[in-house]
Amino acid sequence: MMRTGHAIMAAVTGFAVAAGVVFFGVGLIAPSRGAGQASAAIGGPFTLVDDTGAPVTEAALAGKPSAMYFGYTFCPEACPTTLLDMSRWIKKLGPDADKLNYVFITIDPQRDTPKLMHSYLSSFDKHIRGFTGTPEQTAKVAKEYRVYYKRIPTSDGGYLMDHSTMIYLMDARGRFVTVIPYQDDDASAMAKLWNLVATAASS
Amino acid sequence: VRPLFTLAGVALLTAAAVSVFAQGTGTASITVEQPWARATPAGAQTSAAYMTLDNKSSSADRLIGVSSDVAAKLQIHEMTMINGVMQMRQLTDGLPVPAGGSVALKPGSYHIMLIGLQRPLAAGDSFPLTLTFAKAGNVSVTVPVRAIGATPGDSGMGSMQGKPGGMAPMEMK
Repeated sequence: MMRTGHAIMAAVTGFAVAAGVVFFGVGLIAPSRGAGQASAAIGGPFTLVDDTGAPVTEAALAGKPSAMYFGYTFCPEACPTTLLDMSRWIKKLGPDADKLNYVFITIDPQRDTPKLMHSYLSSFDKHIRGFTGTPEQTAKVAKEYRVYYKRIPTSDGGYLMDHSTMIYLMDARGRFVTVIPYQDDDASAMAKLWNLVATAASS
Repeated sequence: VRPLFTLAGVALLTAAAVSVFAQGTGTASITVEQPWARATPAGAQTSAAYMTLDNKSSSADRLIGVSSDVAAKLQIHEMTMINGVMQMRQLTDGLPVPAGGSVALKPGSYHIMLIGLQRPLAAGDSFPLTLTFAKAGNVSVTVPVRAIGATPGDSGMGSMQGKPGGMAPMEMK
């Protein structure tokens, strides 16, 4: 677990350095930090709005481990693919699926209203909740989860979003456990999710 | 392995049948093979269309525009994944199609992004699409819609890497 956390941070650090782009929480990705600190550094309190329009904080996830994915509904490929993967994995968990939280947090809050999030998620497993918020609230939660996102203008005056594509697995106390990378195979993802389910009872 | 396997397979066969109707402008030297687009979640404003562009002529060409009444805007994009970060870029100068070669538009790579969908795309639907090339002119195809999670891998054909193998090659008529 710790090794994975360290690897993620190393990868994230590599990206930030290589791309030379704005990265949130630069002070926390120094390679000299220990793995324990790195895993503790991912996650944190947030204030957002759920897909019914109600305010929501990290307290809504407390008591159950969580699988959290950051994306946006204008995303033509990675996000629907990931949410479909997640829906399939939830189905495979069977009754144990209820032991985890599943959250889709938009990094495009200007376009992703609660209503749109709700509509969009109706096409996926009903366990998955959608969170949006103000641009500031979004920036804060993204920073805490070390999620990279950036708005890219297009020729028509619109924009696309570059964004991290991994699913974050957090324990029942909101502590980082590991990630499921984009398009991970079912066996690998399910092993991680079953491990998370196993921690649900003990934490 | 995935439950979508069979569905995707059926959809691909549909794609094969449909693309036979691809029409060029007479002198067109580009064929469009295995077009498909991704079905959309409820409320989604965007989707992506994929296909293989095969240039049978001895001169390089370039995809410079795409039009369809299915969406308000259609753009040529490239997706790349760098250390877990998905990046999408509009190819404002178009997409080169080398002489005697082909280019695959596929998930995780080049695609036609459909922005401002005029209607939701459901698996089994189809829509017309016109590709404009610098030299070959307009090539129109009918694009079948496949399930949200469809990927070339799901089809089991393994032939979407830019060569028209695997299935019967589809020529323009």
